[in-house]
Amino acid sequence: MSVNADLRRERAAATFQPELLTHILDGGAERTRRRKEIEALVLNDPDFQHEDLNFLSRSQRYEQAIRKSSLMVMKLREYGIADPEEIYWFKSFVHRGRPEPLDLHLGMFLPTLLTQATPEQQDRFFMPAWNLEIVGTYAQTEMGHGTHLRGLETTATYDPSTQEFILNSPTVTSIKWWPGGLGKTSNHAIVLAQLYTQGECKGLHAFIVPIRQLGTHEPLPGITVGDIGPKFGYDEMDNGYLKMDNFRIPRENMLMKYAQVEPDGTYVKPVSDKLTYGTMVFIRSLIVGDSARSLSRACTIAIRYSAVRHQSELKPGEPEPQILDYQTQQYKLFPLLATAYAFHFVGAYIKDTYQRVSGDISTGDLSELPELHALTAGLKAFTSWTANAGIEECRMACGGHGYSRCSGIPDIYVTFTPSCTYEGENTVMMLQTARFLIKSYSQVTSGQQVTGMVSYLNELSRQRIQPQHVAARTVTMRINDPTSLVEAYKSRAARLVESAAKNLQAELNHRKSKEDAWNRTSVDLVRASEAHCHYVVVKLFTAKLAEVSDAAVHAVLTNLCLLYALFGISRNAGDFLQAGILTSAQISQVNQHVKELLAVIRPNAVALVDSFDFHDVHLGSVLGRYDGNVYENMFEWAKKSPLNKTQVHESFHKHLKPMQAKL
Amino acid sequence: MALLETSKYSQGSVLGSVNPDLASERQTASFCVEKLTALLDGGTEQTRIRRAVVEAIQSDPVFSRENQYFQTQNERYEAAVRKAVHLQKKMHEMGWTENGPEYKYIYRALSGDVAFLLHRVFMRSISVLGSDKQIAKWIPLATQHKLIGSYAQTELGHGTYLQGLETTAVFDTATQEFILNTPKISAMKWWPGDMGRSATHTVVFAQLYIHGKCYGIHPFIVQIRSLQDHSLCPGITAGDIGPKMNFEHIDNGYLLLKNVRIPRENMLSKFCEVRPDGTYVRQGSQQINYFTMTTVRISLISDEVLTPLMKACTIAIRYSAVRRQSKLKPGEQEAKILDYQTQQEKLLPQLAAAYAFHFVNDYLQELFNRGYGEIQRKNFDMLPELHALSSGFKAVITQQCTAGVEICLRACGGHGYSLLSGLPSLYTKIIASCIYEGENTILLLQTARFLLKCFMAANAGQPVPPSVTYLAAVKHGKCPAKNKLDFLSPDIYTEAYQHVAVRLTSSAAAKLQDLIQSGVKKHDAWNQCTVQLVQAAKAHCHYIAVKNFAETVEKLETKADIQKIMKHLCDLFALHGIFSNTGAFLHDGYISAAQIDMVTASYLDLLAVIRKDAVPLVDAFDFTDKSLNSALGSYDGQVYQRLYEWAQKSPTNQMSPAYERYLKPLLHNTLSKL
Repeated sequence: MSVNADLRRERAAATFQPELLTHILDGGAERTRRRKEIEALVLNDPDFQHEDLNFLSRSQRYEQAIRKSSLMVMKLREYGIADPEEIYWFKSFVHRGRPEPLDLHLGMFLPTLLTQATPEQQDRFFMPAWNLEIVGTYAQTEMGHGTHLRGLETTATYDPSTQEFILNSPTVTSIKWWPGGLGKTSNHAIVLAQLYTQGECKGLHAFIVPIRQLGTHEPLPGITVGDIGPKFGYDEMDNGYLKMDNFRIPRENMLMKYAQVEPDGTYVKPVSDKLTYGTMVFIRSLIVGDSARSLSRACTIAIRYSAVRHQSELKPGEPEPQILDYQTQQYKLFPLLATAYAFHFVGAYIKDTYQRVSGDISTGDLSELPELHALTAGLKAFTSWTANAGIEECRMACGGHGYSRCSGIPDIYVTFTPSCTYEGENTVMMLQTARFLIKSYSQVTSGQQVTGMVSYLNELSRQRIQPQHVAARTVTMRINDPTSLVEAYKSRAARLVESAAKNLQAELNHRKSKEDAWNRTSVDLVRASEAHCHYVVVKLFTAKLAEVSDAAVHAVLTNLCLLYALFGISRNAGDFLQAGILTSAQISQVNQHVKELLAVIRPNAVALVDSFDFHDVHLGSVLGRYDGNVYENMFEWAKKSPLNKTQVHESFHKHLKPMQAKL
Repeated sequence: MALLETSKYSQGSVLGSVNPDLASERQTASFCVEKLTALLDGGTEQTRIRRAVVEAIQSDPVFSRENQYFQTQNERYEAAVRKAVHLQKKMHEMGWTENGPEYKYIYRALSGDVAFLLHRVFMRSISVLGSDKQIAKWIPLATQHKLIGSYAQTELGHGTYLQGLETTAVFDTATQEFILNTPKISAMKWWPGDMGRSATHTVVFAQLYIHGKCYGIHPFIVQIRSLQDHSLCPGITAGDIGPKMNFEHIDNGYLLLKNVRIPRENMLSKFCEVRPDGTYVRQGSQQINYFTMTTVRISLISDEVLTPLMKACTIAIRYSAVRRQSKLKPGEQEAKILDYQTQQEKLLPQLAAAYAFHFVNDYLQELFNRGYGEIQRKNFDMLPELHALSSGFKAVITQQCTAGVEICLRACGGHGYSLLSGLPSLYTKIIASCIYEGENTILLLQTARFLLKCFMAANAGQPVPPSVTYLAAVKHGKCPAKNKLDFLSPDIYTEAYQHVAVRLTSSAAAKLQDLIQSGVKKHDAWNQCTVQLVQAAKAHCHYIAVKNFAETVEKLETKADIQKIMKHLCDLFALHGIFSNTGAFLHDGYISAAQIDMVTASYLDLLAVIRKDAVPLVDAFDFTDKSLNSALGSYDGQVYQRLYEWAQKSPTNQMSPAYERYLKPLLHNTLSKL
C-alpha cells in the first residue's frame, strides 16, 4: 500500500535530512549501518516470526518468548555477535523491546559469575551456564524488602561439621519475590542472604543455589518455587518466588572472589565494597537510555497518528484539519519530543562517562565514583518519571484509539513503568542524589571547592554577603540562547539546594534526631535533586549542539533544545519567580516563546520522529505505522481478535439464549 | 496453605486477624468512622441500603471476581454475560427495581464487571429521542430482554466531533425505507460497547439524506443480529475491536453497513420526523435532550471516577501502614513507609482530592436536580452554566483522579505492579474516562468559551450566572497572609484561587482580542490562545472545588470531630494546589515569594497531622475486601500471606507446555555443541 498522502506531504516539507540526525543518535553513520544490518538479520529470519502477542494468553506469550530466547542465544553465537551494544540490539529486535525469560541469566547470572566467582567456581559453573545447561537468575528482592537491601531476611548459616551453608526463608516476608526467570525457567539462582558464621551475622552475601533437578526440572527437596502471577505488563517474564527450608549447599557455592568463609567458619572480609557500586551505576545508566527510547517510541506513534487523523474544524467551511495543527495537541506532544531527544543525549553521556570512570576503577582510581553514583541515581529517577508520564500523555493524545492495544502505547507503558521502581525506587534515588548535594553544599559553606556537575554551588559562597536568597538576582536572560537558559537552571538548582540545606539545618536546630530531620525535609530534598537533574539535562543537551556540524540539523536541534528548556521554565515558573531569577514579565515572554516554538517545530515534527528510525515491527503499533494507513489496518488487526474466532460467540448459546427463552 | 500454617511465621498465619500495624492505626482515630461513612452516603439509611445490596451481591458466587486477574478476554466476556443474565434473576429475587433505592448501588457492588451496560444507554436514548409510539414499541421488548441493544455513535475516524460522522442514511420514498451505508473505512462504527458479540439491535447515528440533501446527524434503530440464531443480518459486518487496556469483559465492537434497509418508523423521531413524501419536519425543543446528554457527564463521576480513586487510596494507604522499610531512627524497628514525608506527600493529597471531588459531585448533583426542575418549567436559563460546569468538571475530575490512581499505584513499589494489588486494573479502567463522553481538552475549551463570554458580559455590566459572578470583581490587591497559620484560613486561600482564575481568564480574553485586532482571523486567534484557555478553565474549576469544599466544611458544625478532620483535608487540598503550581500564584505578585514559603510550611505540617487519621479516613469509604479485590489493601492488612496464597492459584503455576516443548530441549545440551 502506498504511503498516506498526509505523511508524504509532511516528509517532503522537512527542512533537514532525517538520516543525518539518525546517525547522531546512533553515534555515527557506521553504527547506524551496523544496527540496520542486525535488524535485518532478525526481521528476515522466519524463526522469529509469530502471531501478534496482543492476542495471546500469558502462558502463550511466555512460551513464544522462551522459544525465541533459545534461538536467539544460538544465533548470536552463530553470527559471532559479541559486542554488548550489538547483543542489545539483536535482543531488542528479537523481543521487540519486551523483557524475556533469559534476561536475568544473560544480564545478571553470567556477569556475576564473571565478576564475583573464584576461578574454581567459574570452572564449575560458567561453561554449563554459557551453554544453557544451567539457567540462572539473580534472587535479591524479597516480599518484604526491595531497595533497602540491609533489610533482607533470607539467611545462610554456615555448618562447619558438614562444610555446608544452610539456607532458610525464616518469615513470609523473606520469600524471594519478583526475580525474573525464577518462576518457571531457571534451575539455579544466585541468592542474596544474610551470612551467619560462628554465631555472627556478616551481612549480605551471594550464593549459587541449585533450585530445580537437572533433567526433570522438578523443584529440589527443600525448595518451593513458582510464578508470582499476572502483572501489569511483563507477560513474557516468569517473575518468581523462592522459599527455602533448611536447604543445604556446599561451602564452595558461596561466591568467594572477595569475601570468604574458610572451612572452619572463619570469615575473611572483602578488600573494598565500593566495587559493587559499578554494576548499579551501569544498570541505572541503561534505564536512562531506556527512558529515552520508550518515550521516543510513544512520540513516534502519537505524532504520526496526529498527522494522519483529521478532526473538527479550525476554519469554517474548510476540510477537517490534521489534529497536529491544533495548538493544544502540539503543546502536549512537542515538549515530549524535545524531552526524548534530551534524554537520548543524557543517556549517551552517562554511558561514556561510565566507560571512562570504570576504566579508572580497574586502575584503582575511585575518586569520580561518588559523583557518578549520585548523578545516575537522580537521573535514573528524573528520566524514568518524566518518560513514564510522557508515554501516558502520548497515549491520551491519541484519544480513544490510543486505549486499544493496537496503538502499541499501552504495551510501551506497562513495560516501561516498573523502571520507576526496580534498580532503586525513584524517591529513594532522588534522596541519594540529595545526600550528595547536601554534602557538597556543606563542603562549600566550610570553604572548600567542589568539582563536576555541582560546581555551581561554589558560586554560592562568593555571594554569601548578600542577606537575601543568594541566587536572588535576576538573570539577563537571552530567550533564544540555550547557554543563557542553562544559567537560569543553574541558579534554580543552587537556590533549591540551598533552601533544602537550610531547612534541614533548621530541623536539626529544633533538636530533632538526624534521621528525623532528614525525613522532615525530604520533600524539599527531592525538589532540590529534581532541579539539579533538570539543570544537568539542559546543560548536556546544550553542550550536544556544539557537536552538530550539519547546519539544518543544528537548527532543528537548537529549536528542540530551546523548547525543552523554555517549557521546563514555564512549567516550573514558580521556582524561578520565587527565587527572583526571572521576573513575571520574563515568564510571560517564556510562555509566549514556547508557543511560537511549537509553530516553528510543527513542519519538522514527522521528520523528527522518523529520525528515531524505529522499524514498524519494532514499533508494534497500528497507529504509528510508517505508511500511515491507520484505519484499514486497525480493521485487519481487529478481525484477528480472540473474540472474533467464531461468528457466534459460545456465550450466546450458554447464557443469552436460555435467558431470552425464559423471559 | 499448610506451608504457612507452620507456627514459625511470627506474623501469624490466620487471614482475618488484623495486622497489629493496622489495628494500631484505627485505635487513634480522631473521629467516628461510621459517622463519616454516613455523611459520605448521605445518611445512615443510605448506608444501610448500600451495605445490604453489597452483601447480597458479593455473597453470591456467580458474581465473584476472585479469578478475574487470571482470565483471558474470552473468559472475562463470558463471565460478564453470565453475570448480566444472573443479575436479572437476582433483582427479581430481591425485589429490586430500576426505580428503587437499591438500584444505584448494584453497579458499585459489581464493580462494573457486568455486560449489557450499553443496553441501558440504548433504552435511555429511545426514551429521550423516540416518539411515544416508538417508546411503546421498543421499551417493553428491551425491558424483557427480547432484544439486546447497543448505541453506535463513535466511528473509526470521528469521536467527540459529531458533525464529522460519515455513516449515511438515505431516504427512499419508493419503499418508505432508509438505506444505511458505511461509505468508507473511517466511517465504520468503532468502540460501541456490547456490539462486538452481544447486541441484536443498536441505535446508529448517521447523516440523513433526503432527495440528495443532507440534514445532519440523526439516530436510527438498526437490527444487526438474528433473534433466532444470533447470526449477522444481511448487509451487516460486525465484530469485536480487539484487546484494550481494560474492559476485557466488554465486547466493544465494529459495525459496517452495506445497503441495510430499515423502515421509516425506525428513525427516532421525537424532535425530527421524515414524512412519507420525504418532507423533513422539526418539532419540539431539543433543550431537554441537550440537558440529558450533559447529565451523562455528571452521572459517571461517582462510579467511574471517584470510586476508583477512593479504592486506590484505600489500598495504597493501608499497604503503607503495613509495609515497613528502612529505619527512621537507629536501633528502632524499621519504619512504616507511611511515616516517610515523601510517601505522605504522594498519598495524602490524593486522599484530600477524593474528598474534595466527592463534595463537588454532591454540589453538581444538587445543581442538576434544580436545573431539571427549571427545565421542566420550560426555563432554560441554567443550561449554559450547567453545560460549562459539567464539561469542565468532567475533564478536571477525571484528569486529577486518573493521575491520583497512578500515583497510588507507583507509591506501592513493586507489589503495586502485580495485578493482584488491584491497582493496575483500577488505573487502566479510570483512564478511559478521560476520553469517553467527550475528550477532556475539548471539554475544557467549551468551558473556556463560556468563561470568556461571561467575562465580557460581566465587564459590560450585564448579569451572569451565579458560578461566574466573581469574574466581574477583578481586584488587584495582594494576599494579606502574614504567617503560615494565615494560610489555614479558607478566606485567604479561596481568594487566592479566585484571583488566579480571574487573572487567567482575563489575560486569555485580552490576548484573544489583541490577536483579532491585529488582523488575525478569529478561528486562528482562538487556536493560538487554546493553551491559555485550557489553563483558565482548569483554574475556574479548581477555584469552585476549593470554595465548595470550604463551604461544605462550614456546614458540618454539628459534627465537631468530623468537621475538624474535613477542615484539615480542605486545607491540604487547597495548599497542595498552590504548592504544586506556585508559578500561577506568584505570577502577578498576588502571593509573594515569602508567602510561598509559608504555604509550603503549612502544607508540610498538614501532612503530619492528617497522617494520624489516614487509615480511618480510607476506612470511611467502606469498601469490602471483595470490592477492593486486592492483596495489598484488605481490611486485615495481612498483605504478604494473601499475596503468597493468591499467586499460587495463578494458571502459570499449573502445568505449562513450555517446559516439554522448549525448555527441555534448551536445557538438554542442544546448545553445548556450539
